[in-house]
Amino acid sequence: MFQYWTNLFRKYTSEIGRGFGGMDNPGYRTGSFDGLHHPSDDDDDEMVDIAGATLDFSTTDDVPPLSSGGYNEYGTSGVGGRAAGVNGNGPTKLVDPLEDPVPGVGTYEDFNTIDWVREKSKDRDRHREITSKSRQSTVALLHSVSDAFSGWLLMLLVGLMSGALAGGIDISAHWLTDMKEGVCLNGFWFNHEHCCWTSNETTFQERDRCPQWKSWAELITGATEGPFAYIVNYLMYIVWALLFSFLAVTLVRAFAPYACGSGIPEIKTILSGFIIRGYLGKWTLIIKTITLVLAVSSGLSLGKEGPLVHVACCCANILCHLFTKYRKNEAKRREVLSAAAAVGVSVAFGAPIGGVLFSLEEVSYYFPLKTLWRSFFAALVAAFTLRSINPFGNSRLVLFYVEFHAPWHLLELAPFILLGIFGGLWGALFIRANIAWCRRRKSTRLGHYPIIEVLVVAGFTALLSYPNSYTRMSGAELISELFNDCSLLDSSQLCGYQQPSNISETGVGNTLADRPAGPGLYTALWQLALALVFKMMITVVTFGMKVPSGLFIPSMAVGAIAGRLLGVGMEQLAYYNHDWIIFKGWCSPGADCITPGLYAMVGAAACLGGVTRMTVSLVVIMFELTGGLEYIVPLMAATMTSKWVADAFGREGIYEAHIRLNGYPFLEPKEEFEHNSLAVDVMRPRRADPALAVLTQEGMTVGEVESLVESTHYSGFPVVVSQESQRLVGFVLRRDLLISIDNARQRQEGVVSASQVVFTEHAPSQAPDAPPPLRLRGILDLSPFTVTDHTPMDITVDIFRKLGLRQCLVTHNGRLLGIITKKDILKHMAQIANRDPDSILFN
Amino acid sequence: TVKMKSVFFIELLSVVCFLLLTQAGAKNSEDIRCKCICPPYRDIEGQIYKQNVSLKDCNCLHVVEPMPVDGKDVEAYCLRCECKYEERSSGTIKGTIIMYLSILGLLLLYMVYLTLLEPMLKRRLFGHSQLIQSDDDVGDQQPFANAHNVLSRSHSRPNMLNKVEHAQQRWRRQVQEQRKSVFDRHVVLS
Repeated sequence: MFQYWTNLFRKYTSEIGRGFGGMDNPGYRTGSFDGLHHPSDDDDDEMVDIAGATLDFSTTDDVPPLSSGGYNEYGTSGVGGRAAGVNGNGPTKLVDPLEDPVPGVGTYEDFNTIDWVREKSKDRDRHREITSKSRQSTVALLHSVSDAFSGWLLMLLVGLMSGALAGGIDISAHWLTDMKEGVCLNGFWFNHEHCCWTSNETTFQERDRCPQWKSWAELITGATEGPFAYIVNYLMYIVWALLFSFLAVTLVRAFAPYACGSGIPEIKTILSGFIIRGYLGKWTLIIKTITLVLAVSSGLSLGKEGPLVHVACCCANILCHLFTKYRKNEAKRREVLSAAAAVGVSVAFGAPIGGVLFSLEEVSYYFPLKTLWRSFFAALVAAFTLRSINPFGNSRLVLFYVEFHAPWHLLELAPFILLGIFGGLWGALFIRANIAWCRRRKSTRLGHYPIIEVLVVAGFTALLSYPNSYTRMSGAELISELFNDCSLLDSSQLCGYQQPSNISETGVGNTLADRPAGPGLYTALWQLALALVFKMMITVVTFGMKVPSGLFIPSMAVGAIAGRLLGVGMEQLAYYNHDWIIFKGWCSPGADCITPGLYAMVGAAACLGGVTRMTVSLVVIMFELTGGLEYIVPLMAATMTSKWVADAFGREGIYEAHIRLNGYPFLEPKEEFEHNSLAVDVMRPRRADPALAVLTQEGMTVGEVESLVESTHYSGFPVVVSQESQRLVGFVLRRDLLISIDNARQRQEGVVSASQVVFTEHAPSQAPDAPPPLRLRGILDLSPFTVTDHTPMDITVDIFRKLGLRQCLVTHNGRLLGIITKKDILKHMAQIANRDPDSILFN
Repeated sequence: TVKMKSVFFIELLSVVCFLLLTQAGAKNSEDIRCKCICPPYRDIEGQIYKQNVSLKDCNCLHVVEPMPVDGKDVEAYCLRCECKYEERSSGTIKGTIIMYLSILGLLLLYMVYLTLLEPMLKRRLFGHSQLIQSDDDVGDQQPFANAHNVLSRSHSRPNMLNKVEHAQQRWRRQVQEQRKSVFDRHVVLS
């Protein structure tokens, strides 16, 4: 979408630009620029060639260059020269001392927003240079080939690294989770299942009991049964849970505070162009990987899926440093990060296609087709790597694979929609409650004690969850058990139906008709009901604590429990009332008509949909996760209902709500802007404010510029022809300006405070004894975006959203009037929605 | 950037090692099993059978030993059993767990060193007042000051040891900055 709109918008503006050019200086336009605009042979990047269009803006400058020779000169110098003008680097030969770009120019500060347009054109220039050189020599040709190939190579590496890490995390988390209950004497590194891998002592009833696996009570007291053994096991469970959560939170605090939380809200913000330095760094990667295992195994109500997305993005960001193309360009790097988000979900759920769609639907801001293909490839590689590690020992990518293929009846859509309504209500309620709790944590004294908070919640969770077998097991195990259908092979409590005496003689295979519930199932049902209430409560306070915590598994668990309860209820209803008109015909006695496992699946999808508001990607993830291709329609129905219901209570999903809570500068692409304000209402300076701080293209000294910069805190300054005319020349960023002046003072002879700062192409004549001027045209952006003061805000917001702008200048009758930044827009939107406009981060 | 390169090289190496480990551990005779689950049949209890056989022999007739029923019932009994061939790699499991524990151990040791030992050593070396002052310096670090320092820092002492020290200092300053914004000011990730 973004790409398409860029395309359209560029065409639109270029036409306007041409119009202006024609009106203002009819004699000036020579058409030489259009001649240069050859079709892009850039197979690497499907974006429209924006360079040619933008150039037209420079022709609207109403002071034409003294001679057009300068333009023609670099017009004929070839592709690189033309692009440089657009990029703002200008004709390099005129800025003689700055021929090599100063280190640091063109980079961004922490907590700033990147300029997508600038980054894109930078990459385009680089690519064009490589292409033009590649025709000259074989070495350059090889270089261009390797450059084109580097994107795919990077994807391969990201997939391999994330897949390997995810496999490691899976294995370690399984082992550490079982560590809470006991230890394997065969080798301490085996988890419970692998400990009893070859043991023949396992029985049909107790499938995971073998002499090699010792519970803590067995090791300490020697007794396997009895109240004393139970108490010892209980205590050990709590102690381990406390220890794991304590280690997790202290490691996060000591080495990488950014490793806490789920990470998806921040990654969304980063992908939209925000910069959080260190968020995707080496230490964050290491600490997040290590502490994720600890947090998951501590029994807290959290999952590993969101953090795995963060881990994959860290891998991608680190691997980007290997390739110049991605190291130096923030926009290109974000394309890789989008693909990495897909990889994260791919390895978290074993759902490669679901991952790609997740990245597209939920996380990414700018997602061209090329990124889609790259995500596809990376997700494939990652899934393959994970499969070769085989962390679950079932030769599948996922833990929740279901075996049943029972058909569903049309009438069952009603309970599925009911589950959708439940999921939507739960989602809306969860978001409200969690945000209220997180706001409390942010604003009150609660936030000052992160370690104690984690310990209290972990201790409380362990204390309450041990007695109930459905909360004692990990979330993933619980879900996989709930998804399963009860065949004859199952002996769990959930399948505690009354065994029919006659069917086992005649029935063939392991599918069973609906049966009446037995005492085992009734116990399981009230335990599940308690587990549902417990999970609902504890997840609200757990998500957002200062440990790595994902949301997918807990919300799916809530939905799966609710779904299973409803499923068993329906099954019993049908069994006892098969003569009702609704059951007649399809649910006669002896038929297997209702599958409670399917209800659990649908419930899980509904709850996850209610919390995250995903639709397409969620359904795809669910059927990849369970292998149940037959159940797409029930899943779709439940997901859609849940989204409708949840949207009725509040339009934002949990990730958007967290973005809003933290005040990240994120322009939500889904939100409509309906207010009829104009650009002039939003721009700075306001009526009462002092005039806009501007630089003039000549006539200011270095000292004046420095004092202007020091006295304000703006991150960029418009450059005008003169203070009186206020006609716009370009825009210069504060960081670039400071770095360049600093550099010039250190390295360039004769630059003192009295030297003139010149943004024009040709230095003005000055007294012979004056110090040499400082030429800064190289850092000037000659093509800043402008709107007029009467542009409606909805169009301006669209421009910002679709082009990824960071600021836009406002003109009136061609004179510079003010500036609109992304944060101004966010503040304005917050004001309209009656929220506190100062909540936007770092304004 | 030399340091950076080497770090990435090590990271890549570890990934490759991990993959190799996966392949190396895959062929262990203990690591395959055929698991048959047989449900209750007439008066026979449900049973689980595990045998160390190859994929083609993974069926009820080869794995269920001793057969609990007589000749004519074998077919009916076996029809109900479900046999699954499973593979694992104990080498990978062992390697992963040991690697995980050693990294965790190293991190814990380093954390203990940074929080307990180093302040003690510093106090002994430099005295109390300087420590507090240096902490204040770190606290006043403005996010904006980086821009000025980009240049001045890049040309400082080329000594290797100093570089390491410098990198560590910078890292610690970053972590402190992060800690402040996450835990104290609650501006991000709350």
